[in-house]
Amino acid sequence: MVGGRSWGERIFSASNVIIMVIVMLLTVYPIWFSVVNSLNTGDNLVRGPIFLFPREFTWASWQSVMADPGMLKAAWISASRTVIVTVVSILYTAMFSYAFSRSYLKGKMWYVAIGFTSMYFSGGLIPSFMLMNWLGLYDSYWVYILPGLFLGFWNVIIFNANFKAIPDALFESAKMDGANEYTIFFRIVVPLSKPVLAALSVFTAVGVWNDYGTTLYFTQSPDLQTLQYLILKLIQSSNAIEQMANTVNDNNPALAQLYSVAQGQGTVTARTLQLAAMVISSIPMIIIYPFAQRYFIKGVLLGSVKE
Amino acid sequence: MMARSAYKGHIPEARANKSKKSFRLGYDFRTQFELKTMLWPAIIIIFIFDFVPMYGLLMAFKAYDPITGIKGIFTSQWNNFENFMTFFHHFEFWAVVKNTLGINLFGSLIGIPATVIFALLLNEIRNAKFKSLIQTVTYMPHFLSWVIFGGLFITLLNPDGGIVNYLLLKLGLINEPILFLGEPKYFWGIAIGTNLLKEIGWGAILYLAAMAGIDQSLYEAAAIDGAGRLKRMWHITLPGIMPTLMILIIFAISGMLNNNFTQIFVFQNPLNIPTSQVIDTFVYQQGLKEFQFASATAIGLMKSVFALFLLLGANYLSKKLTKSGLF
Repeated sequence: MVGGRSWGERIFSASNVIIMVIVMLLTVYPIWFSVVNSLNTGDNLVRGPIFLFPREFTWASWQSVMADPGMLKAAWISASRTVIVTVVSILYTAMFSYAFSRSYLKGKMWYVAIGFTSMYFSGGLIPSFMLMNWLGLYDSYWVYILPGLFLGFWNVIIFNANFKAIPDALFESAKMDGANEYTIFFRIVVPLSKPVLAALSVFTAVGVWNDYGTTLYFTQSPDLQTLQYLILKLIQSSNAIEQMANTVNDNNPALAQLYSVAQGQGTVTARTLQLAAMVISSIPMIIIYPFAQRYFIKGVLLGSVKE
Repeated sequence: MMARSAYKGHIPEARANKSKKSFRLGYDFRTQFELKTMLWPAIIIIFIFDFVPMYGLLMAFKAYDPITGIKGIFTSQWNNFENFMTFFHHFEFWAVVKNTLGINLFGSLIGIPATVIFALLLNEIRNAKFKSLIQTVTYMPHFLSWVIFGGLFITLLNPDGGIVNYLLLKLGLINEPILFLGEPKYFWGIAIGTNLLKEIGWGAILYLAAMAGIDQSLYEAAAIDGAGRLKRMWHITLPGIMPTLMILIIFAISGMLNNNFTQIFVFQNPLNIPTSQVIDTFVYQQGLKEFQFASATAIGLMKSVFALFLLLGANYLSKKLTKSGLF
């Protein structure tokens, strides 16, 4: 890089680094705070918040959350819908985008019209609610799956740009060898588009895992609660916490001793339970994002934003 | 097998001859049929879950009673714009409009410049490892749900043992703990601030990608002419990301009526309703809590129509002013 190392430059660099460190601390500290607080004993926490490390370390809150049958059920619902929706919707969206990206597809204007309409108009919440009722999806596990099986037209645009960037010669020679469109898609397009497939899969998985709207709008039975919805209830009412404590008490006498939630004292309290539930449920996403990271720039941005 | 033979094995002239034929093959019945079968799953899903509900928009103009079910959409009486008028005369109307626009407007006025400045500064970090560390750390919150991220802040702002109140008390800035989420005057600030923290790192990615595309020789030329770091940022980097910035401003304007339901709903409680009720939460409350299907649909429809006007208007202005737009 050109440019000397003048005093101005040095001051600029130094203040820049300081600003960046502050921003990093602001974004990451809340998460660290909740991790250490959830790993502290509840009665000790009452004496004042802790900042860097647990004063009295214990796994008790984490154990209680992991032992709670409601949590396990919710985690199962969240995990299973995330996997199913991600796999199938990526497949459907990629197939749609492949067909859409072929210059020789007939009637392309129709698909453009359908796609853009779906991007900018919708019936809104209430008509969707009535549709779910009418289709019998209300309060059924399928409401988590069926509406999510296509990612939407934004993602088609991203895929489209990526698929068009694959040299035509590959398709031509495959065709000469007698390949049909499905063979081309699965044997050429999919292997060559791994970065964008990976990136969009991660976005989808994160979106589905984090979604609580579907549960809020379209379900009512406790059996269909997702993890996020359950935690929302934990945050919003202390009642839910006591309930959870009770179900664990019934099921696990060993853990029952740890509680005295009503008094706000004991190894496990409402507060540590809340924090533990939040931390544990975010672990899958925190694990997934560094892996996906290297694909972001290559897979999504170069294809869509530039050129 | 296909892929392998695609890479090797063909003589250029032969390919040139046959490629014409293969493209004509593209128009044959079989190819079109295969392509269509690839399109259909998505089309069916769009049709059922996006297009069918649009019939429900009729409810906005009708005196609809939820008891009548789906049939009622067609059989109930027309009442023209009465549902819309109900919304205009609702006691929460002005608060809802003010909150929706206020949170979005101030959110964008603070959020967009902050993200651009963050991206500009990040771009000036020379140490590649440090740079990627910052990026990795700052966009982690983007992957957390609002339930989690909002929940963290609810705990941090808690008057009883929350770290913010604890610090403010220790520093002597306040005499007694503040119930941050219970006082309407703090809600906009909390909504805007937490959203900025959650998305700043992620938002910067787009700008960084745009910056990576700027011609490096411009910087060298400017440096030779004696431009310092700040000057180069101002005169080269900033104009270089202008098209990206414009597109994001268009999105921000077209999304003016569209609050982040998942965020607002997490922070909302009965105490802060006066400043936290926005169109999206109002529709949810009217429709699914109070079963006012017709008026909730009317509000939703009105929102979509205005949002479309905003999008087209912003795009038109952007094209006029900067010659770049969405379409």
